[in-house]
Amino acid sequence: MKGLITMDDLTNEDILSILDDASRLLPVARGETYLPLLEGKILGNLFFEPSTRTRMSFETAMKRLGGDVVNLGDVKTSSVVKGETLFDTIQMVDGYTDIIAMRHPRQGAARYAQDAARVPILNGGDGAGHHPTQTMLDLFTILQSHDTLEGLSVILAGDLRYGRTVHSLSHALVRFGCKLILASPELLRMPTEIIEDLREHGADVTETEDLLGNINDADVVYMTRIQKERFADEDEYIKVAGAYKLHARDVANVKAEMIIMHPLPRVDEIHPSVDSTRHARYFEQAFNGVVARMALLCRLLNIEVPAEIHGGEA
Amino acid sequence: MADEHNMRRVTAIRNGTVIDHIPSGQSLKVLELLNIARDTSVPVSLVMNVPSKKMGSKDIVKVEDRELTQTELDRLALVAPDSSIAIIRAYTVAEKLEVNLGKEVRNVVQCTFSNCITQNLREPLPHRLRVTNTDPLTLRCHYCQRPQDLDELIHNLL
Repeated sequence: MKGLITMDDLTNEDILSILDDASRLLPVARGETYLPLLEGKILGNLFFEPSTRTRMSFETAMKRLGGDVVNLGDVKTSSVVKGETLFDTIQMVDGYTDIIAMRHPRQGAARYAQDAARVPILNGGDGAGHHPTQTMLDLFTILQSHDTLEGLSVILAGDLRYGRTVHSLSHALVRFGCKLILASPELLRMPTEIIEDLREHGADVTETEDLLGNINDADVVYMTRIQKERFADEDEYIKVAGAYKLHARDVANVKAEMIIMHPLPRVDEIHPSVDSTRHARYFEQAFNGVVARMALLCRLLNIEVPAEIHGGEA
Repeated sequence: MADEHNMRRVTAIRNGTVIDHIPSGQSLKVLELLNIARDTSVPVSLVMNVPSKKMGSKDIVKVEDRELTQTELDRLALVAPDSSIAIIRAYTVAEKLEVNLGKEVRNVVQCTFSNCITQNLREPLPHRLRVTNTDPLTLRCHYCQRPQDLDELIHNLL
Protein backbone atom coordinates (compact mmCIF):
# COMPACT_ATOMS: atom_id res chain seq x y z
CA MET A 1 0.00 0.00 0.00
CA LYS A 2 1.40 3.38 -0.98
CA GLY A 3 -1.32 5.93 -0.24
CA LEU A 4 -5.00 5.77 0.63
CA ILE A 5 -7.11 7.05 -2.27
CA THR A 6 -10.17 4.81 -2.07
CA MET A 7 -11.15 2.04 0.32
CA ASP A 8 -10.06 -0.43 -2.37
CA ASP A 9 -6.49 0.38 -1.32
CA LEU A 10 -7.14 -1.51 1.94
CA THR A 11 -8.04 -5.14 2.50
CA ASN A 12 -10.48 -6.02 5.27
CA GLU A 13 -7.50 -7.29 7.27
CA ASP A 14 -5.72 -3.93 6.76
CA ILE A 15 -8.81 -2.08 7.94
CA LEU A 16 -9.18 -4.15 11.12
CA SER A 17 -5.49 -3.97 11.88
CA ILE A 18 -5.37 -0.17 11.44
CA LEU A 19 -8.48 0.21 13.63
CA ASP A 20 -6.78 -1.97 16.23
CA ASP A 21 -3.77 0.38 16.16
CA ALA A 22 -6.21 3.28 16.51
CA SER A 23 -7.78 1.84 19.65
CA ARG A 24 -4.32 1.53 21.28
CA LEU A 25 -3.55 5.13 20.31
CA LEU A 26 -6.62 6.54 22.13
CA PRO A 27 -4.70 7.80 25.20
CA VAL A 28 -2.21 9.51 22.88
CA ALA A 29 -5.06 11.16 20.95
CA ARG A 30 -6.55 12.36 24.23
CA GLY A 31 -3.24 13.86 25.27
CA GLU A 32 -2.90 11.53 28.29
CA THR A 33 0.31 10.01 26.96
CA TYR A 34 2.95 11.52 24.70
CA LEU A 35 4.25 9.09 22.11
CA PRO A 36 6.49 10.77 19.49
CA LEU A 37 6.31 7.95 16.94
CA LEU A 38 6.42 10.42 14.03
CA GLU A 39 9.16 12.69 15.33
CA GLY A 40 11.12 14.16 12.43
CA LYS A 41 8.31 13.48 9.94
CA ILE A 42 6.47 16.23 8.11
CA LEU A 43 2.88 16.11 6.86
CA GLY A 44 1.91 18.37 3.94
CA ASN A 45 -1.68 19.55 4.32
CA LEU A 46 -2.94 20.38 0.83
CA PHE A 47 -6.52 21.57 1.15
CA PHE A 48 -7.65 23.11 -2.11
CA GLU A 49 -11.17 23.27 -0.65
CA PRO A 50 -12.39 24.46 2.74
CA SER A 51 -12.14 21.94 5.54
CA THR A 52 -12.37 22.28 9.28
CA ARG A 53 -12.48 18.82 10.83
CA THR A 54 -10.41 16.90 8.33
CA ARG A 55 -7.58 19.42 8.16
CA MET A 56 -7.51 20.08 11.92
CA SER A 57 -7.68 16.40 12.83
CA PHE A 58 -4.80 15.55 10.48
CA GLU A 59 -2.80 18.36 12.07
CA THR A 60 -3.69 17.24 15.59
CA ALA A 61 -2.91 13.61 14.76
CA MET A 62 0.53 14.53 13.43
CA LYS A 63 1.38 16.77 16.37
CA ARG A 64 0.16 14.31 19.02
CA LEU A 65 2.65 11.84 17.52
CA GLY A 66 5.52 14.34 17.61
CA GLY A 67 5.49 15.11 13.87
CA ASP A 68 5.19 18.46 12.16
CA VAL A 69 2.84 19.93 9.58
CA VAL A 70 3.19 22.37 6.69
CA ASN A 71 0.08 23.86 5.16
CA LEU A 72 -0.74 24.96 1.63
CA GLY A 73 -2.57 27.88 3.22
CA ASP A 74 -5.31 29.76 1.47
CA VAL A 75 -5.66 28.62 -2.13
CA LYS A 76 -6.51 32.19 -3.13
CA THR A 77 -3.02 33.36 -2.22
CA SER A 78 -1.08 30.28 -3.34
CA SER A 79 0.53 29.50 -6.68
CA VAL A 80 -2.64 27.62 -7.63
CA VAL A 81 -4.35 30.90 -8.59
CA LYS A 82 -1.42 31.65 -10.87
CA GLY A 83 -2.43 28.58 -12.85
CA GLU A 84 -0.02 26.02 -11.45
CA THR A 85 -1.01 22.47 -12.34
CA LEU A 86 -1.73 19.95 -9.62
CA PHE A 87 1.22 17.96 -10.98
CA ASP A 88 3.63 20.83 -10.32
CA THR A 89 2.19 21.60 -6.89
CA ILE A 90 2.62 17.96 -5.94
CA GLN A 91 6.22 17.88 -7.21
CA MET A 92 7.03 20.77 -4.90
CA VAL A 93 5.27 19.49 -1.78
CA ASP A 94 6.57 15.98 -2.44
CA GLY A 95 10.06 17.36 -1.97
CA TYR A 96 9.19 19.15 1.27
CA THR A 97 7.29 16.43 3.10
CA ASP A 98 7.09 12.76 4.04
CA ILE A 99 3.34 12.33 3.49
CA ILE A 100 0.53 14.45 2.03
CA ALA A 101 -3.11 14.85 3.11
CA MET A 102 -5.14 16.38 0.34
CA ARG A 103 -8.61 17.66 -0.48
CA HIS A 104 -9.44 18.89 -3.97
CA PRO A 105 -12.65 20.00 -5.70
CA ARG A 106 -12.00 17.82 -8.76
CA GLN A 107 -12.83 14.13 -8.72
CA GLY A 108 -9.85 11.87 -9.31
CA ALA A 109 -7.39 14.50 -8.05
CA ALA A 110 -6.11 12.26 -5.26
CA ARG A 111 -5.34 9.34 -7.60
CA TYR A 112 -3.69 11.81 -9.97
CA ALA A 113 -1.59 13.22 -7.14
CA GLN A 114 -0.56 9.72 -6.05
CA ASP A 115 0.61 8.95 -9.59
CA ALA A 116 2.65 12.16 -9.54
CA ALA A 117 4.14 11.76 -6.05
CA ARG A 118 6.79 9.63 -4.41
CA VAL A 119 5.37 10.12 -0.90
CA PRO A 120 2.04 8.57 0.18
CA ILE A 121 -1.15 10.58 -0.43
CA LEU A 122 -4.08 10.45 1.98
CA ASN A 123 -7.26 11.39 0.15
CA GLY A 124 -9.22 13.83 2.30
CA GLY A 125 -11.97 14.18 -0.30
CA ASP A 126 -11.91 14.57 -4.09
CA GLY A 127 -15.00 16.26 -5.54
CA ALA A 128 -17.98 13.97 -5.08
CA GLY A 129 -15.59 11.00 -5.18
CA HIS A 130 -14.13 9.40 -2.09
CA HIS A 131 -13.23 10.25 1.48
CA PRO A 132 -11.57 7.11 2.85
CA THR A 133 -10.01 8.62 5.99
CA GLN A 134 -13.53 9.66 7.04
CA THR A 135 -14.61 6.08 6.38
CA MET A 136 -11.88 4.78 8.66
CA LEU A 137 -13.05 6.99 11.53
CA ASP A 138 -16.67 6.02 10.79
CA LEU A 139 -15.76 2.33 10.92
CA PHE A 140 -13.82 2.92 14.14
CA THR A 141 -16.90 4.54 15.68
CA ILE A 142 -19.13 1.64 14.60
CA LEU A 143 -16.62 -0.90 15.91
CA GLN A 144 -16.42 0.89 19.28
CA SER A 145 -20.19 0.59 19.72
CA HIS A 146 -20.95 -2.78 18.19
CA ASP A 147 -17.65 -4.67 18.66
CA THR A 148 -17.97 -5.86 15.07
CA LEU A 149 -18.32 -4.53 11.55
CA GLU A 150 -19.89 -7.75 10.29
CA GLY A 151 -23.48 -8.11 9.21
CA LEU A 152 -24.90 -4.88 10.64
CA SER A 153 -28.01 -3.17 9.31
CA VAL A 154 -27.02 0.37 8.34
CA ILE A 155 -29.19 3.24 7.10
CA LEU A 156 -27.39 5.90 5.09
CA ALA A 157 -29.68 8.92 4.89
CA GLY A 158 -29.86 12.33 3.26
CA ASP A 159 -27.72 13.45 0.33
CA LEU A 160 -26.34 10.22 -1.06
CA ARG A 161 -25.61 11.68 -4.47
CA TYR A 162 -23.04 14.33 -3.64
CA GLY A 163 -22.02 13.10 -0.19
CA ARG A 164 -18.60 11.55 -0.71
CA THR A 165 -18.46 10.22 2.86
CA VAL A 166 -21.33 7.83 2.15
CA HIS A 167 -19.75 6.73 -1.14
CA SER A 168 -16.61 5.46 0.57
CA LEU A 169 -18.46 4.16 3.62
CA SER A 170 -20.98 2.14 1.61
CA HIS A 171 -18.16 0.34 -0.24
CA ALA A 172 -16.48 -0.58 3.03
CA LEU A 173 -19.64 -1.70 4.84
CA VAL A 174 -20.63 -4.00 2.00
CA ARG A 175 -17.27 -5.72 2.21
CA PHE A 176 -18.09 -6.62 5.81
CA GLY A 177 -21.46 -8.05 4.80
CA CYS A 178 -23.55 -5.17 6.13
CA LYS A 179 -27.11 -4.68 4.90
CA LEU A 180 -27.56 -1.16 3.51
CA ILE A 181 -30.73 0.90 3.43
CA LEU A 182 -30.20 3.99 1.33
CA ALA A 183 -32.78 6.60 2.36
CA SER A 184 -32.74 9.74 0.24
CA PRO A 185 -34.95 12.05 -1.80
CA GLU A 186 -35.28 10.96 -5.43
CA LEU A 187 -33.06 13.84 -6.56
CA LEU A 188 -30.23 12.86 -4.23
CA ARG A 189 -30.09 9.08 -4.72
CA MET A 190 -26.80 7.22 -4.61
CA PRO A 191 -25.14 7.34 -8.08
CA THR A 192 -26.09 4.35 -10.24
CA GLU A 193 -22.49 3.26 -10.77
CA ILE A 194 -21.96 2.98 -7.01
CA ILE A 195 -25.14 0.94 -6.56
CA GLU A 196 -23.93 -1.34 -9.37
CA ASP A 197 -20.54 -1.71 -7.70
CA LEU A 198 -22.17 -2.55 -4.38
CA ARG A 199 -24.45 -5.15 -5.95
CA GLU A 200 -21.51 -6.66 -7.81
CA HIS A 201 -20.00 -7.30 -4.38
CA GLY A 202 -23.19 -9.22 -3.57
CA ALA A 203 -24.54 -6.47 -1.35
CA ASP A 204 -28.01 -6.41 0.16
CA VAL A 205 -28.98 -2.84 -0.80
CA THR A 206 -32.43 -1.25 -0.54
CA GLU A 207 -33.19 2.21 -1.90
CA THR A 208 -36.06 4.09 -0.29
CA GLU A 209 -37.34 7.59 0.41
CA ASP A 210 -38.57 6.50 3.84
CA LEU A 211 -36.08 7.03 6.66
CA LEU A 212 -38.30 6.78 9.74
CA GLY A 213 -40.16 3.67 8.53
CA ASN A 214 -36.89 1.70 8.58
CA ILE A 215 -35.26 3.09 11.68
CA ASN A 216 -36.45 0.56 14.28
CA ASP A 217 -34.53 -2.34 12.74
CA ALA A 218 -31.26 -0.48 12.20
CA ASP A 219 -27.96 -0.90 14.06
CA VAL A 220 -26.51 2.32 12.62
CA VAL A 221 -28.22 5.42 11.23
CA TYR A 222 -25.77 7.59 9.31
CA MET A 223 -27.22 11.04 8.63
CA THR A 224 -25.87 13.53 6.10
CA ARG A 225 -26.72 17.13 5.35
CA ILE A 226 -29.06 17.99 2.51
CA GLN A 227 -27.84 21.21 0.93
CA LYS A 228 -30.37 23.83 -0.07
CA GLU A 229 -28.47 24.73 -3.23
CA ARG A 230 -29.10 21.27 -4.70
CA PHE A 231 -32.78 22.20 -5.21
CA ALA A 232 -34.34 24.43 -7.85
CA ASP A 233 -36.46 26.31 -5.31
CA GLU A 234 -36.64 26.66 -1.55
CA ASP A 235 -40.17 25.28 -1.20
CA GLU A 236 -39.08 22.01 -2.75
CA TYR A 237 -36.09 21.90 -0.41
CA ILE A 238 -38.23 22.49 2.68
CA LYS A 239 -40.70 19.83 1.62
CA VAL A 240 -38.04 17.21 0.91
CA ALA A 241 -35.51 17.94 3.64
CA GLY A 242 -38.20 17.70 6.35
CA ALA A 243 -38.40 13.93 5.82
CA TYR A 244 -34.70 13.54 6.70
CA LYS A 245 -34.66 15.16 10.12
CA LEU A 246 -34.30 13.20 13.31
CA HIS A 247 -35.89 14.20 16.60
CA ALA A 248 -35.55 12.39 19.94
CA ARG A 249 -39.16 11.18 19.64
CA ASP A 250 -38.25 9.36 16.41
CA VAL A 251 -35.82 7.09 18.24
CA ALA A 252 -38.17 6.03 21.05
CA ASN A 253 -38.61 2.49 19.71
CA VAL A 254 -35.24 1.81 18.10
CA LYS A 255 -32.82 -0.96 19.12
CA ALA A 256 -31.07 -0.18 22.39
CA GLU A 257 -27.61 -0.33 20.81
CA MET A 258 -28.49 1.61 17.67
CA ILE A 259 -26.11 4.53 17.05
CA ILE A 260 -26.69 7.77 15.16
CA MET A 261 -23.73 9.16 13.24
CA HIS A 262 -23.13 12.28 11.16
CA PRO A 263 -19.92 13.48 9.45
CA LEU A 264 -20.75 17.07 10.62
CA PRO A 265 -21.36 19.94 10.22
CA ARG A 266 -25.05 19.37 10.82
CA VAL A 267 -27.60 22.06 10.14
CA ASP A 268 -30.98 20.84 11.31
CA GLU A 269 -31.08 17.22 10.19
CA ILE A 270 -30.44 16.08 13.78
CA HIS A 271 -32.43 17.99 16.39
CA PRO A 272 -30.44 18.90 19.54
CA SER A 273 -32.92 16.75 21.53
CA VAL A 274 -31.14 13.69 20.06
CA ASP A 275 -27.78 14.77 21.53
CA SER A 276 -28.68 13.57 25.02
CA THR A 277 -30.03 10.18 23.91
CA ARG A 278 -27.88 7.05 24.28
CA HIS A 279 -27.83 6.76 20.50
CA ALA A 280 -25.94 9.94 19.60
CA ARG A 281 -22.36 9.26 18.50
CA TYR A 282 -21.49 12.17 16.20
CA PHE A 283 -19.26 14.05 18.62
CA GLU A 284 -17.27 10.93 19.52
CA GLN A 285 -17.14 10.27 15.79
CA ALA A 286 -15.55 13.69 15.19
CA PHE A 287 -13.00 13.01 17.94
CA ASN A 288 -12.24 9.63 16.41
CA GLY A 289 -11.00 11.50 13.34
CA VAL A 290 -7.80 12.18 15.24
CA VAL A 291 -7.13 8.65 16.38
CA ALA A 292 -8.06 7.04 13.04
CA ARG A 293 -5.77 9.45 11.21
CA MET A 294 -2.97 8.83 13.70
CA ALA A 295 -3.17 5.11 12.92
CA LEU A 296 -3.26 5.79 9.16
CA LEU A 297 -0.28 8.15 9.29
CA CYS A 298 1.74 5.51 11.16
CA ARG A 299 0.72 2.75 8.73
CA LEU A 300 1.53 4.72 5.57
CA LEU A 301 4.84 5.91 7.00
CA ASN A 302 5.69 2.30 7.96
CA ILE A 303 5.92 3.15 11.65
CA GLU A 304 4.77 0.33 13.88
CA VAL A 305 2.35 1.22 16.66
CA PRO A 306 3.57 -0.52 19.87
CA ALA A 307 1.48 -3.49 21.01
CA GLU A 308 1.14 -1.88 24.43
CA ILE A 309 0.98 1.80 25.10
CA HIS A 310 1.38 3.02 28.65
CA GLY A 311 -1.99 4.21 29.92
CA GLY A 312 -3.64 2.65 26.88
CA GLU A 313 -6.77 0.58 26.72
CA ALA A 314 -7.52 -2.32 24.46
CA MET B 1 -20.01 -13.60 -52.89
CA ALA B 2 -21.43 -10.53 -51.22
CA ASP B 3 -18.06 -9.83 -49.59
CA GLU B 4 -16.15 -10.23 -52.85
CA HIS B 5 -18.58 -7.89 -54.57
CA ASN B 6 -18.17 -5.35 -51.79
CA MET B 7 -14.42 -5.43 -52.06
CA ARG B 8 -14.70 -4.65 -55.75
CA ARG B 9 -16.75 -1.50 -55.13
CA VAL B 10 -13.39 0.16 -54.80
CA THR B 11 -10.29 -1.01 -56.56
CA ALA B 12 -7.88 -3.38 -54.88
CA ILE B 13 -4.98 -1.58 -53.28
CA ARG B 14 -1.37 -2.37 -53.99
CA ASN B 15 0.08 -1.58 -50.58
CA GLY B 16 -1.63 -0.43 -47.40
CA THR B 17 -4.25 -1.47 -44.83
CA VAL B 18 -7.80 -2.76 -45.25
CA ILE B 19 -10.15 -2.52 -42.28
CA ASP B 20 -13.16 -4.75 -42.83
CA HIS B 21 -16.25 -5.61 -40.77
CA ILE B 22 -16.67 -2.15 -39.31
CA PRO B 23 -20.20 -1.79 -37.88
CA SER B 24 -22.38 0.04 -40.38
CA GLY B 25 -22.04 3.80 -40.17
CA GLN B 26 -18.96 3.74 -37.93
CA SER B 27 -16.31 4.20 -40.63
CA LEU B 28 -16.14 7.98 -40.22
CA LYS B 29 -15.45 7.47 -36.53
CA VAL B 30 -12.78 4.94 -37.48
CA LEU B 31 -11.07 7.55 -39.65
CA GLU B 32 -11.30 10.04 -36.83
CA LEU B 33 -9.86 7.55 -34.33
CA LEU B 34 -6.93 6.87 -36.63
CA ASN B 35 -6.34 10.58 -37.27
CA ILE B 36 -6.80 9.85 -40.95
CA ALA B 37 -9.18 12.74 -41.52
CA ARG B 38 -6.42 15.12 -40.57
CA ASP B 39 -3.69 13.26 -42.42
CA THR B 40 -4.97 12.92 -45.96
CA SER B 41 -1.74 12.76 -47.92
CA VAL B 42 -2.46 9.08 -48.73
CA PRO B 43 -5.48 7.87 -50.74
CA VAL B 44 -8.30 6.57 -48.53
CA SER B 45 -11.34 4.62 -49.80
CA LEU B 46 -14.44 4.26 -47.73
CA VAL B 47 -17.42 1.98 -48.31
CA MET B 48 -20.50 2.38 -46.16
CA ASN B 49 -23.59 0.25 -45.49
CA VAL B 50 -22.77 -2.64 -47.79
CA PRO B 51 -24.35 -6.09 -47.24
CA SER B 52 -22.47 -8.52 -45.02
CA LYS B 53 -23.26 -12.15 -44.29
CA LYS B 54 -21.75 -11.90 -40.85
CA MET B 55 -23.12 -8.51 -39.80
CA GLY B 56 -26.12 -7.73 -42.01
CA SER B 57 -24.41 -4.58 -43.19
CA LYS B 58 -20.98 -3.13 -42.64
CA ASP B 59 -18.43 -0.48 -43.58
CA ILE B 60 -14.96 -0.98 -45.07
CA VAL B 61 -11.97 1.39 -45.06
CA LYS B 62 -8.87 1.07 -47.27
CA VAL B 63 -5.83 3.17 -46.55
CA GLU B 64 -3.19 3.10 -49.28
CA ASP B 65 0.57 3.18 -48.79
CA ARG B 66 0.29 3.16 -45.04
CA GLU B 67 0.60 0.17 -42.73
CA LEU B 68 -1.24 0.96 -39.55
CA THR B 69 0.52 -0.15 -36.39
CA GLN B 70 -1.03 -2.44 -33.79
CA THR B 71 -1.26 0.51 -31.39
CA GLU B 72 -3.16 2.56 -33.96
CA LEU B 73 -5.46 -0.34 -34.69
CA ASP B 74 -6.14 -0.98 -31.03
CA ARG B 75 -7.81 2.41 -30.86
CA LEU B 76 -10.47 0.92 -33.14
CA ALA B 77 -11.74 -1.21 -30.30
CA LEU B 78 -13.67 1.83 -29.07
CA VAL B 79 -16.03 1.71 -32.10
CA ALA B 80 -15.27 -1.45 -34.07
CA PRO B 81 -13.96 -4.14 -31.72
CA ASP B 82 -14.75 -6.98 -34.14
CA SER B 83 -13.24 -5.46 -37.26
CA SER B 84 -10.70 -7.48 -39.24
CA ILE B 85 -7.53 -5.88 -40.53
CA ALA B 86 -5.33 -6.91 -43.41
CA ILE B 87 -1.95 -5.43 -44.29
CA ILE B 88 -1.60 -5.52 -48.08
CA ARG B 89 1.73 -5.76 -49.85
CA ALA B 90 1.92 -6.15 -53.66
CA TYR B 91 -1.83 -6.76 -53.89
CA THR B 92 -1.75 -9.72 -51.50
CA VAL B 93 -2.59 -10.06 -47.84
CA ALA B 94 0.77 -10.05 -46.10
CA GLU B 95 -0.52 -9.97 -42.52
CA LYS B 96 -3.82 -10.27 -40.68
CA LEU B 97 -4.15 -8.29 -37.48
CA GLU B 98 -6.72 -8.25 -34.69
CA VAL B 99 -8.01 -5.38 -32.68
CA ASN B 100 -6.86 -5.78 -29.12
CA LEU B 101 -8.02 -3.39 -26.48
CA GLY B 102 -5.82 -4.54 -23.62
CA LYS B 103 -6.51 -3.50 -20.06
CA GLU B 104 -6.22 0.24 -20.51
CA VAL B 105 -6.72 2.92 -23.18
CA ARG B 106 -3.93 5.41 -22.71
CA ASN B 107 -3.78 8.91 -24.20
CA VAL B 108 -6.42 8.17 -26.84
CA VAL B 109 -9.47 9.88 -25.37
CA GLN B 110 -10.21 12.23 -22.52
CA CYS B 111 -12.56 11.24 -19.68
CA THR B 112 -16.10 12.50 -20.31
CA PHE B 113 -16.83 13.57 -16.72
CA SER B 114 -16.87 17.36 -16.53
CA ASN B 115 -15.36 17.51 -13.02
CA CYS B 116 -12.55 15.01 -13.56
CA ILE B 117 -9.03 16.25 -12.76
CA THR B 118 -8.01 15.45 -16.37
CA GLN B 119 -10.32 18.20 -17.68
CA ASN B 120 -7.39 20.55 -17.18
CA LEU B 121 -5.49 19.71 -20.36
CA ARG B 122 -2.36 21.33 -18.98
CA GLU B 123 -2.05 18.50 -16.47
CA PRO B 124 0.78 16.38 -17.91
CA LEU B 125 0.01 12.83 -16.74
CA PRO B 126 -1.50 10.47 -19.36
CA HIS B 127 -5.25 10.14 -19.88
CA ARG B 128 -6.07 6.62 -18.75
CA LEU B 129 -9.29 4.68 -19.15
CA ARG B 130 -9.49 1.22 -17.62
CA VAL B 131 -11.29 -1.51 -19.54
CA THR B 132 -13.69 -3.02 -17.02
CA ASN B 133 -15.60 -5.20 -19.47
CA THR B 134 -15.14 -6.05 -23.14
CA ASP B 135 -18.60 -7.28 -24.14
CA PRO B 136 -20.29 -4.90 -23.92
CA LEU B 137 -17.35 -2.54 -23.81
CA THR B 138 -17.24 -0.56 -20.57
CA LEU B 139 -14.50 1.86 -19.60
CA ARG B 140 -13.79 3.77 -16.43
CA CYS B 141 -11.47 6.69 -15.86
CA HIS B 142 -8.39 5.61 -13.90
CA TYR B 143 -8.51 8.86 -11.92
CA CYS B 144 -12.16 9.74 -11.19
CA GLN B 145 -13.44 6.16 -11.73
CA ARG B 146 -16.53 7.39 -13.59
CA PRO B 147 -17.97 5.00 -16.19
CA GLN B 148 -17.69 6.42 -19.70
CA ASP B 149 -20.48 6.95 -22.21
CA LEU B 150 -19.02 5.52 -25.44
CA ASP B 151 -21.05 7.78 -27.75
CA GLU B 152 -19.83 10.81 -25.87
CA LEU B 153 -16.31 9.46 -25.59
CA ILE B 154 -15.76 9.42 -29.34
CA HIS B 155 -16.01 13.23 -29.31
CA ASN B 156 -13.22 13.40 -26.74
CA LEU B 157 -10.40 12.10 -28.91
CA LEU B 158 -7.05 13.57 -28.07
